[in-house]
Amino acid sequence: MSNWQPTASIASLKARAKLLATLRAFFAAREVMEVETPQACRAGVTAPYLDNFTTHYTGPLAPEGLLLYLQTSPEYAMKRLLAAGSGCIYQLAKAFRNGEAGRWHNPEFTMLEWYRVGFTHHELMDEVDALVQQTLKTNPTKRMSYGGTFEYYLDIDPHHASVAELKKHAEQTGLPYPQSMSDHNKDEWLQLLMTHLIEPQLGFDNTPVFIDDFPASQASLAQVRKVNDYAVGERFELYVNGVELANGFHELTDASEQRQRFLADNAQRQQMGLPAVVIDEDLLAALASGLPACAGVALGFDRLFMLQQGFDDIAKAISFPLLRA
Amino acid sequence: MAVFSTNEFKSGLKVMLDNDPCSILENEFVKPGKGQAFNRVKLRNLKTGRVIERTFKSGDSLQGADVVEVEMQYLYNDGEHWHFMAVESFEQYSVGKEAVTDAAMWLKEQDICTVTLWNNAPLSVTPPNFVILRIVETDPGLRGDTSGGGGKPATLETGAVVRVPLFVQTNELIKVDTRKAEYLARVKDE
Repeated sequence: MSNWQPTASIASLKARAKLLATLRAFFAAREVMEVETPQACRAGVTAPYLDNFTTHYTGPLAPEGLLLYLQTSPEYAMKRLLAAGSGCIYQLAKAFRNGEAGRWHNPEFTMLEWYRVGFTHHELMDEVDALVQQTLKTNPTKRMSYGGTFEYYLDIDPHHASVAELKKHAEQTGLPYPQSMSDHNKDEWLQLLMTHLIEPQLGFDNTPVFIDDFPASQASLAQVRKVNDYAVGERFELYVNGVELANGFHELTDASEQRQRFLADNAQRQQMGLPAVVIDEDLLAALASGLPACAGVALGFDRLFMLQQGFDDIAKAISFPLLRA
Repeated sequence: MAVFSTNEFKSGLKVMLDNDPCSILENEFVKPGKGQAFNRVKLRNLKTGRVIERTFKSGDSLQGADVVEVEMQYLYNDGEHWHFMAVESFEQYSVGKEAVTDAAMWLKEQDICTVTLWNNAPLSVTPPNFVILRIVETDPGLRGDTSGGGGKPATLETGAVVRVPLFVQTNELIKVDTRKAEYLARVKDE
């Protein structure tokens, strides 16, 4: 039997359209320009834990065929616009991530991404907070550092703890961790503890939580700074009702540092038995020509809508999820 | 036996965990935007009935468990074992106390039950959802009582004890929902 009907009710789709309009008004009032960038690009994302869909174009301009990556976020193209002098921009874009499906994930989803020229990540956090307060009617967002969060919830110093200590903690709390966890990948252990023991407690009582100053090894495209004897990425995450809603950076503007991180990502991919990804030379060239100092954030629009409506399954928030797409 | 990756995990899938056969109850996909994906899985150990929680890295896999559910007719109890016959194959199975457990109190000869087999050995017995059993003992009800409220315990021919309305008497047949151990109605003797 055909399941042709949408999983979201028509009333939900109306509320969704209204939330999209609210967001556009939010940015129009702040004179942030709406942009559109390609979803199928010649380069992909090297981050080892993101899996691009790929497709091929064949025809005029590329008779031999052209490998295209469906974007996991519109970040790279938007940074090229920033380097070209766009000023502050936002986008409501479809994003694609292979392998991700669950109550809070659909492999094709809608992302709200925006960049503020001249903002630090702290100033951008203020704006994210304003957006969340307006759309979710929340209290002002609480702020904690990554280290402080681990110390508060688990009594662990994540910047100095060894894998053995993290493992011991998992054992003591009875967390049934995967046998396949590597003793050589500390970030994986931190992510296990974060997703299983901390995240489910974050951002309740109508008070979202920002976490910032991630370990530098999880900084990805953020600037890194020294704190005492360790380095942190100027990256933040927003949690509401135990759900990761947004991820932001004080953006890295150094092209050669960015190239090093892409190469390190591809090296890690090789170690994990994953294919290398074509590095975005256009992004690196844009950074080299000068990306203005800026902060940017990506926010899961479907999740924002789910939280606003109290939905516990993304199928209620989108018209046709994976198996009805 | 087949190997199943986390992508194939779904409710009802039978897998081996710590050398015991288990049935997957829930599979939740957990992934930080910039990090390792995990699957938080709830499973029922089919030997002990206990519910276990485990976390896997997405892409991990488990061996499948050769677990099947077979319709069988309950034949008799020899004092130690319960004997069943598969409805389709006529193959007979003797089932010990550790597998029959609480189902024993609902087993009436000739009733059709579901027997779960692991590597062709009985693992558990599920009685029919509804059984008709005779009351062997219950206090005489008070005169003039109606079916509403109150109730009294009644011992059934298989040994189970259920609450019945006061007007129901010894030697009567009643229909019982075995999942809730709940009296449903009186049944006329044929």
